[in-house]
Amino acid sequence: MDLIIPTISQGLLWSVLAIGVYLTFRVLDVADLTVEGSFPLGAAVAASLLVAGWSPIPAIFVACFAGMLSGVVTGILTTKFKIPALLSGILTMIALYSVNLRVMGKANLPLLRIDTLFTQFGWISEDPQMVVFAVGLFVVLLIGVLCYWFFGTEIGAAIRATGFNPNMIRANGVNTDVTIILGLLLSNGLVAVSGALVAQSNGFADVGMGVGTIVIGLASVIIGEVLFGTASFWRCLISVVLGSVVYRIVIAVVLQMGMPPNDLKLFTAILVAAALALPLLQGKVKERRRRAVD
Amino acid sequence: MLRIENIAKTFNPGTITEKVALTGLSLHLAPGEFVTVIGGNGAGKSTLMNSIAGTFFVDRGKIFIDGEDITRWPEYRRAKYIGRVFQDPMMGTAAGMMIEENLAIAERRGRRPTLAWSSSEEKRQEYRELLLSLGLGLEDRLESKVGLLSGGQRQALTLLMATMASPKLLLLDEHTAALDPKTAAQVLRITKTIVEGRNLTTLMITHNMRDALALGNRLIMMYEGRILIDVAGEEKKRLTVPDLLKMFEQAAGSEMTSDSLLLS
Ligand SMILES: Nc1ncnc2c1ncn2[C@@H]1O[C@H](COP(=O)(O)OP(=O)(O)OP(=O)(O)O)[C@@H](O)[C@H]1O
Ligand SMILES: [Mg+2]
Repeated sequence: MDLIIPTISQGLLWSVLAIGVYLTFRVLDVADLTVEGSFPLGAAVAASLLVAGWSPIPAIFVACFAGMLSGVVTGILTTKFKIPALLSGILTMIALYSVNLRVMGKANLPLLRIDTLFTQFGWISEDPQMVVFAVGLFVVLLIGVLCYWFFGTEIGAAIRATGFNPNMIRANGVNTDVTIILGLLLSNGLVAVSGALVAQSNGFADVGMGVGTIVIGLASVIIGEVLFGTASFWRCLISVVLGSVVYRIVIAVVLQMGMPPNDLKLFTAILVAAALALPLLQGKVKERRRRAVD
Repeated sequence: MLRIENIAKTFNPGTITEKVALTGLSLHLAPGEFVTVIGGNGAGKSTLMNSIAGTFFVDRGKIFIDGEDITRWPEYRRAKYIGRVFQDPMMGTAAGMMIEENLAIAERRGRRPTLAWSSSEEKRQEYRELLLSLGLGLEDRLESKVGLLSGGQRQALTLLMATMASPKLLLLDEHTAALDPKTAAQVLRITKTIVEGRNLTTLMITHNMRDALALGNRLIMMYEGRILIDVAGEEKKRLTVPDLLKMFEQAAGSEMTSDSLLLS
């Protein structure tokens, strides 16, 4: 039972990643694999700066900026050089693996006895788990409100329209190269923030921590959409955050039930594949029923 | 207003799928001219329109709007001057966004988007009045997603969007072709009201000869990537469908093939 709060807290910290993935996968309608590199990039940058004596909040901002840059790189590859979005993301992701090693100087950077965002707000509660929960909740609310505001502005509306119908928004005078790059920038900025937060909560940054993040993000997005709906943009944001929390709870439960942790990624991949296949399968079932009736 | 000088376009040059679509076409539109464009399948009508809109660049020749050379401008930049409605009702609107959001985007056509919040009650009132003028009952549905509208409603909305920010040039590419006859007539009526009411310089492609004769004050017929017939004013007013077919046979002469008898 005492696992509940830490599980929800993890869900909150990772929900920032999920919002980032939502922005590309759903809003821009591209599957962006950059996240697998920008998540550990955020972790690596923040951890290195903390070790170098920076205070946590500026370190997180720099991590966010680094993530944004990686999004811009993918954006330029896909818009200016017409490399397919999936491949552009993979290229940036692979490049970032080396970059992250350079940033950290080694494969794993521990944050033992170093001031993090969570120790800085230690005054909130005696219980460190409650601190992570409270800080996580605050950050997610802040980012949620900022996203809601931004995507209601003229620029935000242009980015959303790019995902729905690039033809339409070009016919209305908007350069879709710019909106795509902007969308990838925002998405990977958020993903890097998520990486920075997770590293500080885990107490280390690791080059390998990005593996599978795209699937975790997708799982959160899809679970959220199925369980909590997509009626409006605001609703979608809430759904994605709750989806991330539910995903963490599901993982905690299956681990409790005795699933070996090594199988986690297999489990997540199957979950996402099943969820993505679901609409098609539902259609097939309906079709068959209809035929049976005829 | 619009001046096209000797443009040519070949798709996939140097390959087995090479296709000459425009061959040295010139066209000059005066302000306020409403031109209907007819011609058989593959005559190059859409290619002409896409060349003007900047969907691709022409191989040679020049395109001017109001004296400004836009030949090498990218599509999004030309949108400042050009409003468009496509044949496919899906093409002109963002299905997943509300009617209101689509209108707001169209209202800003050609202006760089800012960080201003994109809607306000004042705007909504304006949009309601505009939608009321369509007579399709859309004025109470500002917050409906456009994807929920019928094809005809979407085309009417796209037409409204294309003309909201007063384009210098309006391009309509068979914008009623995907609609049932009754809806098509309705959208055509709205087109006439908007274009004539506001004196918009317009190019309208259609496969319906009667529509081409009934609407507008100038008619051009395209054939194999060039303009074969160009009639305006009184001469156009007196023209009938049989006249037009006869003119086509004469002009096309020996090039004439039975399958070019395109038109309904
Ligand atoms: N993007 C493209 N790539 C290759 N060929 C094309 C392309 N667009 C048009 N064409 C070819 O160019 C020629 C002219 O096509 P266009 O679409 O302009 O004809 P159209 O007059 O609009 O015909 P329709 O009445 O069928 O719409 C056709 O032979 C067509 O196959
Ligand atoms: Mg055409």
